[in-house]
Amino acid sequence: MKFVDEFRDAALGRAVAGEILSLVEPGRHYKVMEVCGGHTHSIYKYGVDDLLPANVELVHGPGCPVCVIPMGRVDDGIAIAKVPGVIFTCFGDMMRVPGSGGSLLDAKAAGADVRMVYSPLDALRIAKQNPDKQVVFFAIGFETTAPSTALTLKRARAEGVKNFSCICSHVTIVPPLRALLESPDLRLDGFIGPGHVSTVVGARPFEFIPDDYRKPVVVAGFEPLDILQAIAMILRQLAEGRCEVENQYKRVVPYEGNLRALEVLAEVFELRPHFEWRGLGFISHSGLKLSEAYADLDAELRFSVPGVRVADPKACQCGEVLKGVIKPWECKVFGTACTPERPIGTCMVSSEGACAAYYNFGRFAREREVV
Amino acid sequence: MCLAIPGQIVEVVDDEHRLAMVDVAGVRRTVNVGLLDVNGTGVGPGDWVLIHVGFAISQVDEEEARATRELLERMGADYEQELEELKASVIE
Ligand code: SF4
Repeated sequence: MKFVDEFRDAALGRAVAGEILSLVEPGRHYKVMEVCGGHTHSIYKYGVDDLLPANVELVHGPGCPVCVIPMGRVDDGIAIAKVPGVIFTCFGDMMRVPGSGGSLLDAKAAGADVRMVYSPLDALRIAKQNPDKQVVFFAIGFETTAPSTALTLKRARAEGVKNFSCICSHVTIVPPLRALLESPDLRLDGFIGPGHVSTVVGARPFEFIPDDYRKPVVVAGFEPLDILQAIAMILRQLAEGRCEVENQYKRVVPYEGNLRALEVLAEVFELRPHFEWRGLGFISHSGLKLSEAYADLDAELRFSVPGVRVADPKACQCGEVLKGVIKPWECKVFGTACTPERPIGTCMVSSEGACAAYYNFGRFAREREVV
Repeated sequence: MCLAIPGQIVEVVDDEHRLAMVDVAGVRRTVNVGLLDVNGTGVGPGDWVLIHVGFAISQVDEEEARATRELLERMGADYEQELEELKASVIE
C-alpha cells in the first residue's frame, strides 16, 4: 500500500483505506464521481486513487467552472473586450480559455485592454478609477463564486457606478448532475459532493440524487483523508443498501448552506431558461443571468454580443472528459496538441481541470499500484 | 480560481461595505465579509475564515484553518499563484 504520510493523520488514512477494502464486494465494479475540480486536483496530487482497490474507479465530474465555458461565451467576451473604451476584466484562468478565434489573452496581445483580477471587487474599483471607460467583469463560477459577483453588483448599484457591468456566465451545480444521471452513457454508483459549492447551497439540494436516482452522495472536504473517508461512506451506504446525502465536511459545510449568500443570489440573479456547457450542450435552468432589477448592469444588454453557438473543435473531447466517459489521457490530443501551455480544450486550462491535473502530476496511463 | 484560502480577521475596516483586513500567511489584504452576516452580526477580529475571490465564504476554527493552509502549501504552485493574485488585489 502506498504510504499515506501526506495525510493529516497517517494511521487514520491507513485505517480508512483498510475499511474501504473491507466494504467492496469482489467482482463488483464501483464508479464514484467526484463532482468538483478541487477534488480532482487533490486526488491526482496525492494519489488518492492509488489507495483504492482496483475495482473502485473515480470518475471526474463537471465541477470546474472554467472547463464548462463554451466557445461561444468566450467569443462574446472577446467581442466586448474589443469595443473601444472598454476595460475587460476576468479571473486569470479565464484569459487562456480558447474561443473560436483565440483567447482573451490573444485579444489582449492584439491591443484590447484585458486585465486579470483576483476579485470582482477589484473590477469595481477599476471602474471607479476610470470613470471615462466602460469596465466589464466576466463573471464565471458555480454557487461558490456567484454570491461574490452578486454583492459586487449590489454595491455598484448602491454607489451609482454607471460604467460597470457584468457578463454573467455563472452556472449552478444541480442541473448538470441531473443531466449526467439521465445520460445513458454513464453508470455511476455514487457521488462525492462538492465542498465549497456546498458551503453556499448546503447539502440539501443533492437530496434528489438518492430520492430520484437511488444513489448515495457524500459532501466532502479537500484533504486526501476527507476524500478517502467520503469514498468509505459511499461504499458503506452501498454495502448496507442505503442511499442518502451525508456530510463528511460538517466542519465547514452547514446542511442548510449559507442563507445570506442564497438570499443575495436570489435578489441579483435569475435562472436562464437554457445555458450551454462546453461539451455537454444546453442544460435547462443551469445558468444565471442578472435579474430584471439589475438588468442595467448586464453587459450582454449594454453591448452587442454575437451570442452564437460555436461547435467545439473536432479534436476536442472535453465533453466526454467532463461527463466522465473517457479519462483525460484517452483524448487523442492529450499532451500532444493540447497542453497547459497551448490548450485546445478548457479541461487543460484550469489547474482544477481533469486534463491539467493528469498532465501536471504525470499520472496519465500510469499503472495502479496493487493494494 | 477555485481555491478557498484561510485567513484571520485583524479588524473590520469599513463597516458599511463589510470590509475587513485579513492576515493570510503574513499578507494583509482587505476582503468582504458580508456573506457571513447573520441577523445583523458577523465575523470579527480573531475569527478565521476561508476566502474565495476576495470574499469570506465560511467561518472555520483555527485547527481547520491551519490544516487547510498546510494542504494548500503542499499544493505548491497553485497556492503560490493564488497568494500572488491576492497580493495584487486592492479592495477598497
Ligand atoms: S486533452 Fe485537451 S481537448 Fe482533450 S479533453 Fe483534455 S482539454 Fe479537452
